[in-house]
Parts: sequence; structure tokens; C-alpha cells
Amino acid sequence: MGIERSLELSNSDALVAEEMEAFAQREVLPYASSWDKAEAMDPEVIRSLSKRGWLGALAPEAYGGQDMDPLLWGRFCESIGTASSSLLGLPTVHGMAIQAIARWGTDAQKETVLPMLASGEAIGAFALTEPEVGSDAANVQTVAEATGSGFRLTGRKRWITFGNIANWFVVVARLEDKPTAFLVPSTNSGLKITPVKDMLGFRSAELANLHFENCEVTEDAILGRPGFGFSHVAGTALDHGRFCIAWGCVGLAQGCLSASMEHAQEREQFGKPISEHQLIQRLIADMLVGTRAARGLCLEATALKRAGDPRVIMETSIAKYYASQHAAKASRDAVQILGGTGCSSEGHVERYFRDAKVTEIIEGSSQIQQLIIARHGLMQHRKEKRKKATNP
Amino acid sequence: MSDQSAVIEDIREFLGQFVSDPSVPVDQDLFGSGLVNSLFAMQLVLHIEAEYGIAVSNDDLDLDNFRSLQAIAGFVGRKRGD
Repeated sequence: MGIERSLELSNSDALVAEEMEAFAQREVLPYASSWDKAEAMDPEVIRSLSKRGWLGALAPEAYGGQDMDPLLWGRFCESIGTASSSLLGLPTVHGMAIQAIARWGTDAQKETVLPMLASGEAIGAFALTEPEVGSDAANVQTVAEATGSGFRLTGRKRWITFGNIANWFVVVARLEDKPTAFLVPSTNSGLKITPVKDMLGFRSAELANLHFENCEVTEDAILGRPGFGFSHVAGTALDHGRFCIAWGCVGLAQGCLSASMEHAQEREQFGKPISEHQLIQRLIADMLVGTRAARGLCLEATALKRAGDPRVIMETSIAKYYASQHAAKASRDAVQILGGTGCSSEGHVERYFRDAKVTEIIEGSSQIQQLIIARHGLMQHRKEKRKKATNP
Repeated sequence: MSDQSAVIEDIREFLGQFVSDPSVPVDQDLFGSGLVNSLFAMQLVLHIEAEYGIAVSNDDLDLDNFRSLQAIAGFVGRKRGD
């Protein structure tokens, strides 16, 4: 299967990408630290994203979205990731809901919910993680019981990004012991939403805990089919989530690099800018190379996504794993280069440092990615060996 | 080789990326036997969509369509209108 490797944006998309970058620098970056301190996202910036059509851009055109090209979406995530990881969490989870519904929803679900999500009139979120279930996500404990007219959900979901302001949740529960996804509106009287505060990073990502108690939903609330809630519905959503986080980490690392170079050329010690000290140069070189490598892996995944190639799932895992690890290292080194300034919340790198750590955990921890990637590599190796043995 | 046999061999080749030994009986339950996991399931969907130009939708989410090599080939054939 041939894949077009030279990825370029169309002329019109290139202009949009410039607009996205300018938006992130002008309307997000200057305010990101104050949102972080307030532990709340400014509704105005969400309205701005919606007004520009970017929040719901991945929805199919037939439902009011743009079917946005994956490369332009990646560039969008990179731009927002440079400015605010918390804000990046919004298109990530909103897009996860959109992708899950667009891919596996019934016509009625698509017609009812997608236009609202596409316009940004409603916010979508993804509810998988539970107090006792993180990486072992197929083993969720939230239960759905048939009631005759629909289902009753009982259980708890934890740390749901933008759960505080979401209007629709994609919820994974067990129905007759089969992982099953449900589409649940936040207005359901059996759903209690509690804000989560004082987290290490993503502090303005409007995290919430969800408590389902006698949460009655109608029969048509099932998204996909019983038994396919984790493998297919969550699988689709998480693949999108990893794609967004990977690109966002490239942006975060780029932010670290820019801040480090700026500071290193201005700050003088021992009679010369610290950028002329070789140990600082070493940190900057590693930051620069790692950021380019992460971007290269994201581009590889993007090319496969454009082509609808099944390898996109593994390549996205690889990109997310590497980009998040690199972002964490780049942010550590940026704090080191900036010294006391890097530890101060007056700048951005202290926030980058806290947010980058979180990216190693969300949408599949680094350890889960390592397991998946290593198994994949070993299987590929065995397959090659089998091929050589058959055709020496 | 019939169309169905060709699809079975193609899926077997694809399966080889995920398991040590893809020479399984055509009617072996791939999921029930624990041979493959959820990652395979989604990649299988993308593979048959890309390879055979079909769209897998909500209505197709039935384990009987994906349970074995034979089931997958039968599903692909039905979707293509063979």
C-alpha cells in the first residue's frame, strides 16, 4: 500500500494554519497562565474556537463540520499545544466524542448530536477512566442494566477532561458483562458532575468526576453495539486522542525550545550569554533534535491517517509515546536553562513542565504504549523471519 | 483461488502482524481464543475498508462478522455484493 510521504497543506489550508498559529500566540498564550491559576477555562476562548469552526472541524461536512484534513488538524493541535495544554484538552476530548459518533453512531445519533458538536453549541467529552480502572480500561466497572425501556447506568468516572462544561458524554460501561458505549447528556438527572481541582497539570482543563446513580437512558443511547464499546468506540476515540496529544506535545516542546533559546541568548553569566556555554548548548541541541523527531513521527502518523491505512493506530501510539516523553524532557531542561525564572509561574515553562508530565499518562500511559510498541515490533520481526524462511 | 479464499489468505497475512503463528484454522474464533486483542479489532476494520473499498458501520458491528478468518471473508464478500 503506497503512502504519500511528502505532506503538504493546500494553499488555503496553509493560510488557515497561519491563522491558527497567530490565534494561539495572540489569544491563548498570553492568558494561559491566568487560566491555569484560576483552574478554569475562559468561555470566551471556547467561543472563539467555535466561531472559527475549529472546535468541531473534524465532524463530517454533512453534519456541519469541515472534515478537516489531518495535517491541518495536527498543525492546529501543535499551535494550541504551544500555548495551553489545558485548552488542547478541549479539541482532544470534543474530537474524541465527534469521531466516536461519526464513526459508530446511528443515523439518528449523528443527526441529533453531531451538528451541535460541530458548531460548538454543545461540548462533547469522553468518560472511560474510573476510580479503580485506568490502564486496564476494558475492565470498566460502571454497569448498565436493561430496564425494559432502556438502560440504567450505575458507577463512577474520574478525571474527565472538560467534564465540567460538557453537554454530551461518551460513556463506556458494562452491559451483561460486555463493554458498551453510551451517549449520555449532562442534563440527565441521574448524572452528578463534581469539579476536580488542584491537579498537577492541565489545571484549566475543567476536569470533573461523574457519578451515575439511577441514570436512566433510552434504548437508542447505545453508541455502536454491545460488546464493541471498548474495542471499536473507545478505540476510535483514543486513537484520535493520542493523535491530538502527540501533536500538542510537539507544540509544547517547541514552546520550551523557543523559551530556552530566548533566555539563553539574553542571560549572561561569567561574562557571556549562557547560550555560549557548552552544557547549555547540549540541552538545546537535544531539545531541538527531539522536537524535530517528534514532529517527524507525527507526520508519519498523519500520512497514514490521510490514507486510511491501518498502520495509523500503531504509528500514532509511537508518535504519542515519543512526543510525550520528549515534551517531558524538554520541559525539564527548559526549567533548568531558565533557572529560577523557569520555576516561576510568571513565565510559561513552569506550566509546560507540569502539563508535560500529564501527557505521559493520559490517552494511554507511556508504559502501556511501550508494551504495545514492543509487541508490535516483535511480531513484525517474526513476520519478516517467516517470510524469509518461506522465500529464502 | 476463489475470491473468498483470496480474502482469507489476505486476512491471514494481515493477522501475521499480530500473532506468532497465523496458520490457524479458518473457523477458529480469533477473539474467543484470546489470539488477538482490541487493537487488532480496530486495525482489522481499517484494513478491510482500505483493501476492499467497503465501509464498516454501526450495523456491521456483530462479532459473527469478525469472529474467524472465514467469517471475515464472508462479511467482506457480502459487503462487496459478491
